[in-house]
Amino acid sequence: MTPRQIIGKIGLWLSVFVIVSPAILFFLWMLSLSLKFEIDNAAYPPVFLPEHIAWKNYADVLASNRFLTYFINSLIVTGSATLLALIVGVPAGYGIARMAAHKSAIVILIARITPGLSYLIPLFLLFQWLGLLGTLVPQIIIHLVVTVPIVIWIMIGYFETTPLELEEAALIDGATRWQVFRHVALPIAKPGIAVAFILAVIFSWNNFVFGIVLAGRETRTLPVAVYNMISFDQLSWGPLAAAALIVTLPVLLLTVFAQRQIVAGLTAGAVKGG
Amino acid sequence: MSALTQSTPAAAQSDAAPEKELRPPSYWPFVVPALVVVLAIIIFPWVFTIWMSLNEWKVGSSTTFVGFSNYLRLTSDPRFLESVVHTIVYTVLSVLLPLVLGTFAAVVFHQKFAGRGFLRGVFIMPMMATPVAIALVWTMMFHPQLGVLNYLLSLVGIPAQLWVFHPATVIPSLVLVETWQWTPLVMLIVLGGLAAIPAEPYESAQIDGANLWQVFRFITLPLIMPFLFIAGMIRMIDAVKSFDIIFAITQGGPGSASETINIYLYSVAFTYYDLGYGSAIAVVFFLLIVALAAVMLYARQRMVWTEIASDA
Repeated sequence: MTPRQIIGKIGLWLSVFVIVSPAILFFLWMLSLSLKFEIDNAAYPPVFLPEHIAWKNYADVLASNRFLTYFINSLIVTGSATLLALIVGVPAGYGIARMAAHKSAIVILIARITPGLSYLIPLFLLFQWLGLLGTLVPQIIIHLVVTVPIVIWIMIGYFETTPLELEEAALIDGATRWQVFRHVALPIAKPGIAVAFILAVIFSWNNFVFGIVLAGRETRTLPVAVYNMISFDQLSWGPLAAAALIVTLPVLLLTVFAQRQIVAGLTAGAVKGG
Repeated sequence: MSALTQSTPAAAQSDAAPEKELRPPSYWPFVVPALVVVLAIIIFPWVFTIWMSLNEWKVGSSTTFVGFSNYLRLTSDPRFLESVVHTIVYTVLSVLLPLVLGTFAAVVFHQKFAGRGFLRGVFIMPMMATPVAIALVWTMMFHPQLGVLNYLLSLVGIPAQLWVFHPATVIPSLVLVETWQWTPLVMLIVLGGLAAIPAEPYESAQIDGANLWQVFRFITLPLIMPFLFIAGMIRMIDAVKSFDIIFAITQGGPGSASETINIYLYSVAFTYYDLGYGSAIAVVFFLLIVALAAVMLYARQRMVWTEIASDA
């Protein structure tokens, strides 16, 4: 290696370090906060590696029976909203891609641009009239605002890249459009469905604004529960940080393990505006 | 934003497919269920919001049609006007900083180095993490006495700050979180742009002896401009309607120093339950976002045209 190359290498690694450290340091600090007793969290200068590790913080959060309720609520809301979105969104993406009906995508753009709160005002009233407030149904329905556009958008993009030849051959052999979709198009689209599924799950799981308006005491999802911990129940940092980490851990694990799909989906979605 | 990408190759492809085999109506059954859902959860709320905005509509009392008076009320509502200013400051900063840093990050991640895939995964974690969870940790880090940020500042000799607890520093502090969170998205978009650049311009630049900055300024930057533009547009739309981070960290405070339009909208609709007025804010807010996007698109088109003109 010439001196110039060595300097280049050092510069590159220095840049990598500078870019990545805010993310790494933040999450390490989050972990540190969640594993410290109050005395260490209130110390100045701050303690990074505590002498005694407070596993108790996690035990406390997990042991509170409400936390389990909220976790199940989150699972139900995210699971249902994602599943319903896949059921209606995957065929829709297929239909739009095959009809080349790109103008219909404008609706999805509107959904992308609209602030979440604007949906909340009318739907809040609607749910009130229908007497659904106090159940998980309103949250499942309103999470479709997040998941359906993601799924449709990604599936349009994906079905545009899958080859038409096989489908045409199947049509000539006398298959109905539904059979073609079910037995030819759908199996090929599995990677695209995986991307849509992962992104829908993450953005639904993370959603906060719909929950603070629609959730009651029994129907909170995890982000809302954590927010309420800040304002009312909990003042010590250790359990708070532990709760925050537990809430976001599933998403962080997905990000690391399904990184390729997420990046593919986000760049496709972002560049196309979804 | 599909207007941005204009016609896609796949559109041309399916146009070219034999007419009789692609009877368009037969694909409608695939779309109908989604259409019903979209009508119910996207179109209906919009129509209903517009109707509500024309009424005096408070939870628990009867409604009366008042025409445009909710909209007139907006023009003389000091809290709304202040929230517009906050939104503009917040948005401008939250677009520019991630654009600059994200471009730098993309150039770095475009190089080959060991562990690149893993580190890219780590780098995008902030934007995938649950916003409320990270907001909570940032709140602790901003703490004036016990927060780790003031400790880090003290290491380099900068006096302690009040961060989100002082009206003058609250918006920049929130922008810091927003930038930390969303720089990765800009990076991913620009990275996609870098991947599409051919090698030839760089080879000839090397022969001509251009330095790193010149290569970036005169080759890379012009070629990734369309991607930067799209990233800026997406960033703008997201920053204007940013909610989770601001709400969870400051709720618009101290006082109303960080109250953006979206936060004010929340207060009006769900703290005061003034749904008619809230709907009017929602409509104006949406039009504002559309107008901003349109202005940027227009500027972009003008840019392209002047480039063509200067070429000729």
